[in-house]
Order: sequence, then C-alpha cells, then structure tokens
Amino acid sequence: MAQRLRGRVPSGVEVRELEGEPVSLVEAWDGASEVFVVDAVRSGSPPGMLHRIDASTGPLPATLSAASTHTLGVGEAIELARALGRLPERLVLYGIEAESIAAGAQLTPSVADAVDDAVERLLEELA
Amino acid sequence: MAEGNGRRTIRTDFLARVEGEGAMRVVIRDRQVADVELRIYEPPRFFEAFLRGRSYLEAPDITARICGICPVAYQMSACSAMEDACGVTVDGPIRDLRRLLYCGEWIESHALHVFLLHAPDFLGYDGAPAMARDHPKVVEDGLALKKAGNEVMRVVGGREIHPIHVRVGGFYRAPSRRELGALVEPLERAREIALETVRLTASLPMPELEFDYELMALTSPGEYPIDRGRIASSSGLEFGVDEFQRHVVEEHVERSNALHATLDGRVYLTGPIARFNLSFDELSPLAREAAAEVELAPPSTNPFHSIVIRSLETLYACDEALRLIADYEEPDRPFVDVPPRAGVGFGATEAPRGTLWHRYELDDDGTILDAKIVPPTSQNQKAIEGDLYRFVERHVDLPDDELGLRCEQAIRNHDPCISCATHFLQLEVDRA
Repeated sequence: MAQRLRGRVPSGVEVRELEGEPVSLVEAWDGASEVFVVDAVRSGSPPGMLHRIDASTGPLPATLSAASTHTLGVGEAIELARALGRLPERLVLYGIEAESIAAGAQLTPSVADAVDDAVERLLEELA
Repeated sequence: MAEGNGRRTIRTDFLARVEGEGAMRVVIRDRQVADVELRIYEPPRFFEAFLRGRSYLEAPDITARICGICPVAYQMSACSAMEDACGVTVDGPIRDLRRLLYCGEWIESHALHVFLLHAPDFLGYDGAPAMARDHPKVVEDGLALKKAGNEVMRVVGGREIHPIHVRVGGFYRAPSRRELGALVEPLERAREIALETVRLTASLPMPELEFDYELMALTSPGEYPIDRGRIASSSGLEFGVDEFQRHVVEEHVERSNALHATLDGRVYLTGPIARFNLSFDELSPLAREAAAEVELAPPSTNPFHSIVIRSLETLYACDEALRLIADYEEPDRPFVDVPPRAGVGFGATEAPRGTLWHRYELDDDGTILDAKIVPPTSQNQKAIEGDLYRFVERHVDLPDDELGLRCEQAIRNHDPCISCATHFLQLEVDRA
C-alpha cells in the first residue's frame, strides 16, 4: 500500500513503512497531528473486509487485534500511546482482514481487492 | 471451566486466532501436577526450505525476516556461518561494528521485554497500556531506552528493523566516526536509565523458584558473549560451534509440532541467565558494580531473576556500545571478500533470548544446498516446561486465573518468541 500511495498523496503527507514490532509506532508518529495506520487484522470477519476505525475517540474494539506475532500488537501500541498522552490529535486505523498470514504467502485475490479499495479511500480522506 | 475427580487443566492459547503459534497447558490431578505442555511455533522450518537453492549472499537478508525483534541475530549467525564455510575470518573494525549493531538489538529487545512485556506481570497489570496509566515514567523510560537501541540499529544497520547495510563479509556501508559520535549522548542517557532499571527490577516482588537444568551459552575469553565464541555449559562442557550437533539433539515430540532439544541428553537453558552465570566476570565494571549493588551474583538459580539480568545486560550493552564507538576506526573497506567454495559452515551468536545456531552446506558457486537453524526458543522449551512444572507444584492451591497469570510470567522469564503475543492470549481452565 505504501508503494502505491507514494507520489499520490498531497504534499505535507509522509508515507512511512514500519516492520517488526509496533511499539515503534509511538515514536514514529511523534509530532504528527493526523495519522493513518494501515495493517493486516484478524477479527473473524470475511477475508478482504476493510475496517476503518477512528482511534482518537476511544479504545479500539477488543475483537480487532492486529495480526502481529512478535510483540505487543498495533492495538496495544495505540492504547499505550493513549495512556501516555502521546496519541496524535487524530488517528485512524485501516485494518484489512487477512486471509493467510503464513510465511511467504502472497496476497489472496480478496485481500488484493481490499488493498485497492483502501488506497482509494485513504486518498479521498487525504484530499 | 469445570471441576471434579480432582483433575484440573489450565490451558493458555497464546494465539487463539493464529493457529498453532503457541499454547500452554498444565494438567493437575489430585493437587499434583500431572503434565505440562508448551507448544510453540517455529518459523525457521519454512525458511530452511526456502533457503535451499538461494545464494550464500542472500542468507543474512532472508533469515533476518524470521524475527521482527532479533533480525541482527539472524543476520550475524548467517554471516558467521557463510564466512566459516568459505574459510574467511572477519576481524578488526568490521567485527567491532557488528558487535555494536548487535548491542543496539540487545538494548532494543531487552527494553521492550523488560518494560512492556514482563514488568506488567510483576506489577500485576494485564498489559503495558494499563501499567502506563499508573506508571507513565517507567514506561517512558523503557521507550527511551528502546529508542537508543533503535538509533544504533539505524546508524550502523541503515534501518531500525531489518538492517540493510549488513552483508556476508561485513557491511555495504560503514558509518563515519562522526555518525557514530551522534550516538554517544543518547547512549549515555540510555546507560543511566539502564542502571535505574537494574535497581527498579531488583526491587520487584520476586517469586521463589529454583531451576535444576544445565546452562549453555557462548563464551569468549576477555569479552561478554554476543557475536562469537565457543559453546560452554555449567557442567563444564566446552566445544566449538561446529560440534553443536554432536551435543545438542533435537527430538520430535509426538504431542507438539516443535522439536525439543537436549544437551548430551540433559535439559538445558540458553539466554541471559546462562550468559550471566557463565560469563559474569566479563561484564563491564559498571555492570558488575550494579549487580553487586542489588546483590545479584552467580550462581543465580531463580528464573525470575531474568528480568534483573536482562536489565544488567542492557546496561552492559550500553556500556559496550559506548566503548566500541570510542575505539572505532573507519575501515578502509566496509567488508572483506568472501569468495564461495563448496563446504559446510557453522555460525552461532547470542540473540537476546539465547544462542542462535546456523549450519549451511554450499556448493562451489555458493548455492545453498542445505540449511539448518536452531533458534533459542526451541532449545529452551523443555527448561520452560520444567519451570512451569515446579512452579505449579509450589502454587497448586492458587485460584486458576491467578495461577494462569503466574505461569505466563514464568514463561516470559525466557522471553520466548511467543511471549510477545499477549494480545492473543486466551486462558482456559478446565477441571474435568
């Protein structure tokens, strides 16, 4: 998604890719007033479903845990920032329901469609 | 939840929604522990197959993808094995840079684990966000420490996660003295925080438990083991990295997908507790003084001391990083040539959570014919089960939910890859 957004976002918008453990997000969005976080999620919804959640207004729903396996999840990083008063004024999470998170797996067709959809919706929001 | 016939089962599915990642199950019958089972997921199996047919130069980058927390460990063990296969030794400033990069990873990984994963267990919180509401300063300190580690990774490795400057033979690019100089102030601040962290963790309520398994870690004369060494154990074993498979045997266990490792037939532990006990004298004076201040000395045989030892190692890593930066001379070339040749190579380094061993077989143009990776978490599996067994035995009368939480705390003593997955954790207590 980041590759597809680069060059298409309005000026003043920075596109960053983060891997590994999500607590780094708390540092990454330091100083930003408006942040959109895009990640794979597993909530039990059909694969490819696009969740859009405004995290600025209240805690994330408990059913929506990010699919990170090696540390605190994205959801917990957001709640950690909230507890420390380090949440941006506006933080929106785009969660794309994953189908397979096996190592080396490619995007499945329904998830690839959802990525197209998410790119367009995000660009509309940023316009 | 059910009770009857004196049978009680406590099950923790770490990753309820991600099949097969990790789970813990304790069975109690008539107030006696009947069985303990830890299930863990082992991503290296996929990567071992994926590596076959690839170039020896690709192994560091491919294996770095196995873990988002310790990519440097995978890169360093892979580089070391490839250089061994090709008969090349990397030393001098390039080797120092590797050790510096590795210090960054230790600081980052240990800070994350101590502050955001393990401390909440000790302080009675269900996670870092809840702890942050009551102890914001503690969590901010942890984040600052972690950030210093990230900075080292970024400057030396080129990126905070999955460093891109690392290659077989050294680095694609070596930082200038000035670039490293910019790390001094954040690292000095991090060292102060790390010292406070040793004091803080030593003051935490420490559950009683004693382990009886063997300890195994790299040892290297004159230095605390990080990026190289021979393998040693608490029973006096000492052997080269190339002899690993003669001593460490992985067995398939019927009930679990994971392989269980033994050292000459015995249960053993690798990781911070093993390094501390085997190489205490090689810690920096500051780290040894801090250990003395909190009255921690080898032999340390309570696995819950791991949080203090991890803090001590963080202090050491800050100290060592500052030493390496002060002594750094820019290399003429950031890497040495490693021409391929047919053969077998072995590499082992100390990942934050323990010894990470790699073995590769190459053909004469450097194509990988076979790859074998033994990560610390699978080596520690039996020891962790042993801890759980003894812990539950002592606390069999605790209520199920309390016992379940304490078991998680005990598992996290060894920072297994699964320990991070707290947000998926589901506890099922079944009294059949």
